[in-house]
Amino acid sequence: MRRPWLFYSQFAFTIGVCTFLIVPVIMSMMAGITENFFLGIKSGVTLRWVYEVLDLYLDTIYLSLLIAVICLIVTLILGIPTAYVLAKKSGRWARMFEEFLVLPVAIPGLAIALALIVTYGGFRDFRTSWGFILVGHVLYTLPFMVRSVLAVLSSTDFQTLEESAASLGASFWQRFFGIIIPNCRSGILAGSLMVVTLSVGEFNLTWMLHTPLTKTLPVGLADSYASMRLEIGSAYTLVFLIMILPLLIGLQMFGTSKERKPAVPDEDPSEQANQQEIAR
Amino acid sequence: MSDLKDQGTAINLLSCAKTFAGGVQALEPLDLEIAGGETVVLLGPSGCGKTTTLRIIAGLEEPDPGGRVMFGDDDVTRLPIEKRKIGMVFQSYALFPNMTVRENIAYGLMVRRMPKPDIDRRVGEMLEMMHIGDLEFRRIDQLSGGQCQRVALARAIAVQPRVLLLDEPLTALDAILRTRLRVEIDQLLRRLGITAVYVTHDQGEAMSLGDRIVVMSRGRVEQIGTPRDIYYKPNNDFVAEFIGTINRLRGIARGDHVEVAGASLPWSANRSGGEVEILFRPENVTISNLKSAHLKGNVVTSFFQGDRTKLILDGLGERQVIIETTDRVEFIAGQEIGFRIDPDSMIILNT
Ligand SMILES: Nc1ncnc2c1ncn2[C@@H]1O[C@H](COP(=O)(O)OP(=O)(O)OP(=O)(O)O)[C@@H](O)[C@H]1O
Ligand SMILES: [Mg+2]
Repeated sequence: MRRPWLFYSQFAFTIGVCTFLIVPVIMSMMAGITENFFLGIKSGVTLRWVYEVLDLYLDTIYLSLLIAVICLIVTLILGIPTAYVLAKKSGRWARMFEEFLVLPVAIPGLAIALALIVTYGGFRDFRTSWGFILVGHVLYTLPFMVRSVLAVLSSTDFQTLEESAASLGASFWQRFFGIIIPNCRSGILAGSLMVVTLSVGEFNLTWMLHTPLTKTLPVGLADSYASMRLEIGSAYTLVFLIMILPLLIGLQMFGTSKERKPAVPDEDPSEQANQQEIAR
Repeated sequence: MSDLKDQGTAINLLSCAKTFAGGVQALEPLDLEIAGGETVVLLGPSGCGKTTTLRIIAGLEEPDPGGRVMFGDDDVTRLPIEKRKIGMVFQSYALFPNMTVRENIAYGLMVRRMPKPDIDRRVGEMLEMMHIGDLEFRRIDQLSGGQCQRVALARAIAVQPRVLLLDEPLTALDAILRTRLRVEIDQLLRRLGITAVYVTHDQGEAMSLGDRIVVMSRGRVEQIGTPRDIYYKPNNDFVAEFIGTINRLRGIARGDHVEVAGASLPWSANRSGGEVEILFRPENVTISNLKSAHLKGNVVTSFFQGDRTKLILDGLGERQVIIETTDRVEFIAGQEIGFRIDPDSMIILNT
């Protein structure tokens, strides 16, 4: 039989690739909790480096989370209505705008950052606040929110749902919050997880936009690798992974848990009527 | 449930036309008067403007300038759908997937801010009326097509609408369920006494549900009438061809008879000269012996259908003729048979 042979060779290949990718991550995390990286794990296990990271860079972690949350709120407020309008309008302009939305993803983060600095860099107070980074993050993540909401909207006949809600007397806002939003919940959730993970992990843009007082986690990470002991940088990676992994796992679980239950066969209505009569 | 009984609101469409962006005229100016409590069926082939008409009545589409929609004495032309107090049932059901059956039915009452106890009572009534009591807490994706349709009806009726609009509500169901629900909808509409507009392209549905049928084609009304009128006295070619099966033969009118395919048929209408078309339905003929027959033809095929036999004949003009008989005789291909047409059921169109 050829099949087992083929199967095992593919299996080995997959394992090989995974190992190649995962080992560095594990190594780095290990390095974060070893006493001395050059002596290896036998030098002892410690949480010292982790504490040191928290001590030195706790504010970057807070800032990262703060920016991610506000970025999420802003993309929700801007992104859902945008997706709704795009799904509703079928004209050429709507399609062009949709294409236009991909631009921030296609353009390198550095270029976006440069554009922002050139345009708004003159406003001192704004330039030195974390608001400046926030703007970059919103620009970068908004398309992801719009796209994932738009994908759900275009896969459901939301227009008919809205029409039937209207026929029942629901006003626009009642329809929007009672029908549209709940029915693109899966897209909103997927988009939200995407926005948060992207924002927390964003480096290119942020590195250009940051000031010594407005560092986010990834920027701090680069900083620590450049100027600190390797163990501190590695401990930092560990902290980062602990923050971001739950988000990624959440995203994954959400993506796979959307199975439809099969419809049940029609029951005989006369039988149901009989049952109801008996019940009475 | 006597509080459900309503006199029903009359609907009046006054020269309602519809031209879509891009210049497609989906509807020519249409005048339609629907009495309170009446069930009117819009019938016609795909793309003839049935849905467009229904959507104009609903308020989902605005008629071209000049058109007006009246509900009783109210001019509702400018009123958006949510203020028109209608109930609507869609072909795709359009149930809210984020809600249970109960929440779906309660939705219209909830957005009207009805007090909770009243909502509970009303939803209970609806569940019982549509025999879906045991589905109350199911999610929408746990329902079959027929159950969805019942929920959609319950939801539309729950708000006690002035008029009920149904757009091909049974098309997505299988044949058996369709017939069963058709009977249920018919009883429901009679019981509620509500004004209803029902769109379908199924003539069987139209005949059995409609007090009147509006036959449409290419954005135009071809005929408005009771099912009997439409079937027995079609106004024109289109209606005659669209409803049921019909045979047509060309002939020349000569005083009290018409010459058709070398034979002569008695004709009461006293119009002499000129070409006419004789139309008759397959069931309005009787097979007779060749001597006393009005017309003779050769059997091409016969289909035994239990209660009757359907025969396809040729030798009677350019088109084949279809007749039906309840005689318990076997017919064979090639056999020559004669038949008489019931003179009262003959339809004569001028050409
Ligand atoms: N939004 C629209 N924009 C442009 N043309 C439209 C629009 N809606 C309908 N039409 C056109 O108007 C005509 C009538 O459409 P309508 O939906 O009323 O037909 P229908 O009788 O309901 O057909 P069906 O039985 O297929 O549902 C069609 O030619 C259709 O292409
Ligand atoms: Mg239609």
